[in-house]
Amino acid sequence: MKVRTSVFATLILMSEVIGIALFLRGFFPVPIKSSLASKNSLSDLPAEPLSGSSPNTTRLPHPLFKRVVIMLVDALREDFLFGPNGGTFMPYTRHVVERSSSYSFVAKARPPTVTMPRIKALTTGSIPGFIDVVMNLNSPALLEDNLIWQAKTAEKRIIFYGDDTWVRLFPKHFMEYDGTTSFFVSDYTEVDNNVTRHLDSTLKRDDWDILILHYLGLDHIGHISGPYSSLIQPKLMEMDDVLKKIHGALISKEAEGSLPYLLVLCGDHGMSETGSHGGSSEPEVNTPLVLISPAFKRKVGMEKPGVIEQVDLAPTLALGLGLPISQNSVGRVIPGVFQESSLRDQLRFLHLNGHQLNCLLKDSMPSYAKEAGFEQYRVAEKAHGNWMKLYFEGNTSEVLSNMGKKVLKQYLEALAALSSALSKQLGKYDMYSMIAGMVFVFQLLMILLLAMPEALSADAAVDLPVASALLSLPFYLLCLLLASVHVLVCTSATSSCYFCTLSWGLVFVVVAFSSAMFCILISMAVRRLSLGLKYNGKSPLKTNVSEWSLSELDVLLLAGTVGHTLSLAASSFIEEEHQTWYFLLNTLCLAMFQDVCRKYFREKSASKDEEDCLLPSKDCWNSALPQPDASSEKWLALATPIFTLVCCRLLRSINQTGVQWAHLPDVGHWLNSSEHRTVLSLLTVFCLVLTYLLVQRRCSWVSKVALAFGLVGVYSYRAAVGNVIFPWQHSSRTMSKGTVEARFVYVFVLGILFSGTKDLLRSQIITADAKLKSRGLWEIYSGLVLLASLLFRAHNLPVLCCCLLIQTLISQFIWKKLHYDAAQITIMHYWFGQAFFYFQGNSNNIATIDISVGFVGLESYVEAPAIFLTALSTYAGPLLWTCHLVCYLSSERHRSPVSVGHGCYCLALLRSVPAAVYIVLVTVLRYHLFIWSVFSPKLLYESMHLLLTAGVCLFFITMEQSPRKS
Amino acid sequence: MWDREIRAMVSTHAIMAASVFMATVVPAVFLPGFSVYGTHLSWLYSVSAAVTGVSVAVFWLLGIAPPTKKHSLGYKLSRLCRCCVYFFLSCIFFHFVVLLYGAPLVESALETFSLAVLLTSLTTLRCLCVLGPNVQAWIRVFSRHGAMSVWDTCLQITVACTLVGAWVGAFPIPLDWDRPWQVWPVSCSLGAVIGFLTGLVAAPAWIHHHRKHLTYKSK
Ligand SMILES: [Zn+2]
Ligand SMILES: [Zn+2]
Repeated sequence: MKVRTSVFATLILMSEVIGIALFLRGFFPVPIKSSLASKNSLSDLPAEPLSGSSPNTTRLPHPLFKRVVIMLVDALREDFLFGPNGGTFMPYTRHVVERSSSYSFVAKARPPTVTMPRIKALTTGSIPGFIDVVMNLNSPALLEDNLIWQAKTAEKRIIFYGDDTWVRLFPKHFMEYDGTTSFFVSDYTEVDNNVTRHLDSTLKRDDWDILILHYLGLDHIGHISGPYSSLIQPKLMEMDDVLKKIHGALISKEAEGSLPYLLVLCGDHGMSETGSHGGSSEPEVNTPLVLISPAFKRKVGMEKPGVIEQVDLAPTLALGLGLPISQNSVGRVIPGVFQESSLRDQLRFLHLNGHQLNCLLKDSMPSYAKEAGFEQYRVAEKAHGNWMKLYFEGNTSEVLSNMGKKVLKQYLEALAALSSALSKQLGKYDMYSMIAGMVFVFQLLMILLLAMPEALSADAAVDLPVASALLSLPFYLLCLLLASVHVLVCTSATSSCYFCTLSWGLVFVVVAFSSAMFCILISMAVRRLSLGLKYNGKSPLKTNVSEWSLSELDVLLLAGTVGHTLSLAASSFIEEEHQTWYFLLNTLCLAMFQDVCRKYFREKSASKDEEDCLLPSKDCWNSALPQPDASSEKWLALATPIFTLVCCRLLRSINQTGVQWAHLPDVGHWLNSSEHRTVLSLLTVFCLVLTYLLVQRRCSWVSKVALAFGLVGVYSYRAAVGNVIFPWQHSSRTMSKGTVEARFVYVFVLGILFSGTKDLLRSQIITADAKLKSRGLWEIYSGLVLLASLLFRAHNLPVLCCCLLIQTLISQFIWKKLHYDAAQITIMHYWFGQAFFYFQGNSNNIATIDISVGFVGLESYVEAPAIFLTALSTYAGPLLWTCHLVCYLSSERHRSPVSVGHGCYCLALLRSVPAAVYIVLVTVLRYHLFIWSVFSPKLLYESMHLLLTAGVCLFFITMEQSPRKS
Repeated sequence: MWDREIRAMVSTHAIMAASVFMATVVPAVFLPGFSVYGTHLSWLYSVSAAVTGVSVAVFWLLGIAPPTKKHSLGYKLSRLCRCCVYFFLSCIFFHFVVLLYGAPLVESALETFSLAVLLTSLTTLRCLCVLGPNVQAWIRVFSRHGAMSVWDTCLQITVACTLVGAWVGAFPIPLDWDRPWQVWPVSCSLGAVIGFLTGLVAAPAWIHHHRKHLTYKSK
């Protein structure tokens, strides 16, 4: 089966997208969420189990505690309190732990050990994964069912002092709050004094039920000087004093007859040996948890603290306060806390917890009935019913209490099984799906590579031996083999794989597709090998090498592509990927400069050029005295790379991105400060005018007018939002959202796109006019430019402007003159696109995505357009460059009719090589410390880029179609 | 003839490599606290000075520079002046290129310029010694088939090696290892010097290996 190169490349890319999606599904486990959107409430609590028909009750047992004080010390490591130095660090707390009525535990935090997810875990009892962080980018408030919300609904009065992450997560939940920002990490005294200064007055008052204190100082000390610094001890002693003060106040307030207090001391995460956190090493994960209340039994000596999960605190507190357990909690109650209450209440607590876990299990796992915990819970519930029956019958004998203890044990076992089943699903990679996706992607990549000679031939068509592969015996054998492997894996696997939950029909299609591809791959490889042998006699390799004489530019392009792909293995290179691209782009411009020099000075000295153009080039300038007619062109050609280099140098100072140097001041911040508004306004006007001048030259007059209006609209939108000023507007108008202005621009964008599409369709269906077609194409491109200028922040407009300027100059003076082939042009476009992605201020961190773009022209958050706009503005750089590539290659068709196909193929190859290599790297590094903070965001960026490239390749196909028809 | 030239080249290169080595070791004996990382700039200038001195001396002794027609003192002086101007221009050019690669504009201008001086003394100076301040000759040598003698080929190889070395030397800078050699411009200047030394070794070896295929047009 012969297919055109562009169709072939697009098909491969699209299948790769499916493969990567499967990989992602295995890599990021779906967070366990109850399907119900609502939150748990008291009214839908289950009835107390009871066999027989006596009146049963849905009541919750009485709350155990009246007041709760939660003292959260950020980055409190377990050994700060329980370790050998604990006695000197926190003497009072240590005394309480050893002698007083308290329970102490080592609570294990789950990675990512970062404050915000940990606060979520403490309050919701769920385990927020990486995907949660991404999903909740648009709303800082915690919408999930959580303890704070439940407490507020139950009209508990909550006071909060400390890290303002809480205030952002729970807006309007606190009766009184004072948030301190953790922005200045070097400050470790003020942050804590801000919390403690409220303490005396608050502790005297009686008008609150829950007091939450979040101390940041210790974490800051850790970041500055590590866990062994001399600052640690004073800080811990300060914390100890705070705890002593709270404890004393609570004891003095203690009234006879009322419910007791509960004082909780905990850490959100630990601290690594270097003082940072985020990973999964032991000292980062282990945090102390101390529960102090007169309701507990008095201790007699130091015991080794038991190990629990951090999420266990949420259900314990909920039940202790008489609140429903939040819906997505995977924790189980800490049994010791309830030891002093009656057996009936204890059983009831466990029953409620079990019921909630069971509901969550049913919701989140299709094969929940297979889980051991499910059955155990049912048995325990039944036994509980029987026990209740005896209890109501007034039985008070030894039998009853023994039976009750047995039920209790059954419940605890069931809870443990349920909780572990739920959290196992979270913590594990679904290796089977990952490997399946990976194999799939690699098969496609191999086919893509093997087809290279055909795809880049003058024919631009790839011969895929589909029919022969489908009819061959190995195909059926392979199908059988893969299907049996699938059955084997799915029946033996202990954890649930996503791939196994797919329906059989779908799996069979995948298996057939995969084995067909394998057969195609083999037959293509065999064909290539035999062809090579026939062609070159004995040694095919050697002749190939001598035939392909690579220019310096080719060497650079190849080395750059390979080098960049390899650099993805190091986390710092991912964090600072922009540096790699700037570096490569610079070298590319210098290499182009050298090529230009070679071209224009060749006449003089037969052929001139060497690895480095640096030395001669400088003097080429002065020495050569060219003919007067070609001279201006020559000087422009020589100046273009220099100009590009200077442009790139200026652009990189607009936005500092990355991690290591992100804090350095940049031009963007300078422009955005309010005293430089005039400069920003002038710059915006200049950029918009320049954009107009650069784009309009190849548009029809209708589009020219629309473009002009659109750009005026962009300026008035920026003025409406308050970024820039109108010269005649002196009174500061109230800031609006600029919805009207933005919609005004959208209308023109749609108009230009429509006119472009119309031209394209007309050229393809009716007239086959190449000129009309290239105009249509350019109009679509200019529509995109207009949209990008609306979405870009005002200080980023120079990036757009320079992008257009560089495109115009380079294609005019260098690419057209130097006769690069389609592959070289494509690689250069790709590199420029990548560099512009970072010039815009993007990075490989999720946090740099500008979400506000999703609201441009919309009154409220609407998911589909918001995602579309955000993706478009984030990838504007690469998209504009690929669109320019289409325009450029199709306008150059007279020289080589197949260049569009070649370009499409190269683009597919350039995108799939790093993507395929990267998923392997991520799989290998899946236990790396930075897997969630560095590698996973990059994985998402890579996949998104792949998806967009597949979309652009579709565009390539439509471009390539017409010459065949006409 | 081949053997004689290659032997001359090997001994020249050995002297140069030794000068780089001495420039690293000797000041450490006399100056307390001198080290490659610690007092990087003084190391850098000491290497530049050593290479400059040795190249000028060796090439002048060998007499490779193209024979000049006039022998008047004025002509020689103007030649010398032009050499100095070229040297300075080349420093500025390298400084500009390094700035384009993203070196901070103001903050570490001295470091950047020192790197430019080092690169100049490793590359441009050699061109000046071998070819003289003759732009046409430079253009010829640095075109693909422009080498007309063993020394031209050698020049191509060493210059390319030095520049590639400096280029590669920039790679470790973004890594978060916090090593002393990651500080700007240590890795780049180390890369350049290592590249230069590699070039000194590689050039005679390559020429020796390819001596059958190398054909030069007559001078
Ligand atoms: Zn924290
Ligand atoms: Zn921290």
